Amino acid sequence: MLRIEDIYKSFGEFMAVDGAELTVGKGELVAVIGPNGAGKTTLFNLISGQLKPDRGKVIFMDEDITNLPPYQICKKGIARSFQIVNIFHRLTVFENVQVAVLSQQRRSNRFFHPAQNIAVEETNRILENVGLLDNAWHIAGSLSHGDRRILEIAIALGNDPMLLVLDEPTAGMSPEETSATMSLVKRLADERGLTLLFCEHDMDVVFSIAQSIMVMHQGRTLIQGKPEDVRRNEEVVQAYLGGE
Amino acid sequence: MSLNMVVGHGGMFQFHHCAFYGVGAYAFALIVTKTSLPAWVGFVAGPIIAAVVGLLIGWFCVRLSRLYFGMLQISLGSLLYVIVFRWYAFTGGDDGIYGIPMPSIISSSKSSYYFILIIVAICLVVMYLIFKSPFGTTLQAIRDNPERCEAVGVNVRRHQLFGIVIATFFAGIAGVLFVVLENFVHPDLLFWVFSLEVFIMCLLGGWFTFAGPMLGAVITVGLRTFVGVYTEYWTLILGIILILLIFFLPEGVVGYFLEKFGSQAHGAGERGSK
Repeated sequence: MLRIEDIYKSFGEFMAVDGAELTVGKGELVAVIGPNGAGKTTLFNLISGQLKPDRGKVIFMDEDITNLPPYQICKKGIARSFQIVNIFHRLTVFENVQVAVLSQQRRSNRFFHPAQNIAVEETNRILENVGLLDNAWHIAGSLSHGDRRILEIAIALGNDPMLLVLDEPTAGMSPEETSATMSLVKRLADERGLTLLFCEHDMDVVFSIAQSIMVMHQGRTLIQGKPEDVRRNEEVVQAYLGGE
Repeated sequence: MSLNMVVGHGGMFQFHHCAFYGVGAYAFALIVTKTSLPAWVGFVAGPIIAAVVGLLIGWFCVRLSRLYFGMLQISLGSLLYVIVFRWYAFTGGDDGIYGIPMPSIISSSKSSYYFILIIVAICLVVMYLIFKSPFGTTLQAIRDNPERCEAVGVNVRRHQLFGIVIATFFAGIAGVLFVVLENFVHPDLLFWVFSLEVFIMCLLGGWFTFAGPMLGAVITVGLRTFVGVYTEYWTLILGIILILLIFFLPEGVVGYFLEKFGSQAHGAGERGSK
């Protein structure tokens, strides 16, 4: 479904992504792991178009999407969440998700129809799904950190994506919150038949839910394979897992 | 009001909104005085020409971010001012154009007052509808977080450009109404100091709210009328109020009250929806 071929991105002298490869099959749950600064976030930004690669290709559904702007990539069916909470702080929780739903239904440019009557059902269904319905009329900026992270995911769901890219969905969460959030993500992926690409620091979580794991180190792909293969790989153990 | 749509809701620094106000006024005045077309053509053409100029200027400006957007707009707007100011043969230069004849139905001060009142009321309703529409919601989302908006599939630049065109259209209407009221135009309508004054109105009233700028305008004009009687330095008082405002009510007057009483209102909204 998604294939990244030999991709490069540098910031000045620093090679953030230095020849990474990644394959995501339809319906798979794929995790990207690696130490801080390995280039995971940069890789995700290259996929969703926030950054343009220096070299290499991003292929989605047999289509080259490498240099498309983010809003077009989103329309192709890739939605993402951000590592640093990236929501609409002054809008209500409901409106946060609604903006994405409206955009998905190509109704953002309607002028005279009151917005509160449009896309209500879909928006409420998503909020119910993630458990934020009771907070629907709160201003997003007033939510707790954990709820903002959930809202982050809910906004991405508003685009009704085929591929959901989650950049550290549990950043800053306690271990309990982390496992609760990841089981929510897993449930959503199952229910909606989503393909999921995510990165995560909690190795127990990664090895328990991912079907395929890609290990990044200094911008390069060390290996991508099944969890048991990755666990046995010596290079990985040395570079990353062994350090803990 | 229309400025607030761009600044408060679109998050764009439209520093030179009055350029479009002036363009609307001039377009109307020139059509009435220089052509034999009936005045209502001017009524329609004023806002449209303002919106077209807004489209042209906006087309360049949305390519830049935030402050640069404002800078470029000031320069392009000032260019318009200079053109109007210097082009004596066409615009009357710094003399302006005086004694613009009005159709007889709205030529008396009473009938022109009601005419303006009706048009303003219609404009407010239309703007409120747009504010509450999917377009308006998305525009507010862009203000909060343009990056995320792109990530959910919104063409941010195109959306901002639409916002500018609509806002400049309403500014053009305001310009036409000014001519209806005063029967003259002057290059000062396009001068950036006037833009600043409107900007301050938005700040005063609360630029994230719909009604804020109206209250801001009332405060500003009220100050000028009542304090201006005693001293020509009424802007000093305005300045002090503005400084206090930035320290104590950064959301503006209406924004402050909304925040204070907002929690109840939201609670009521929640109950109402269930």
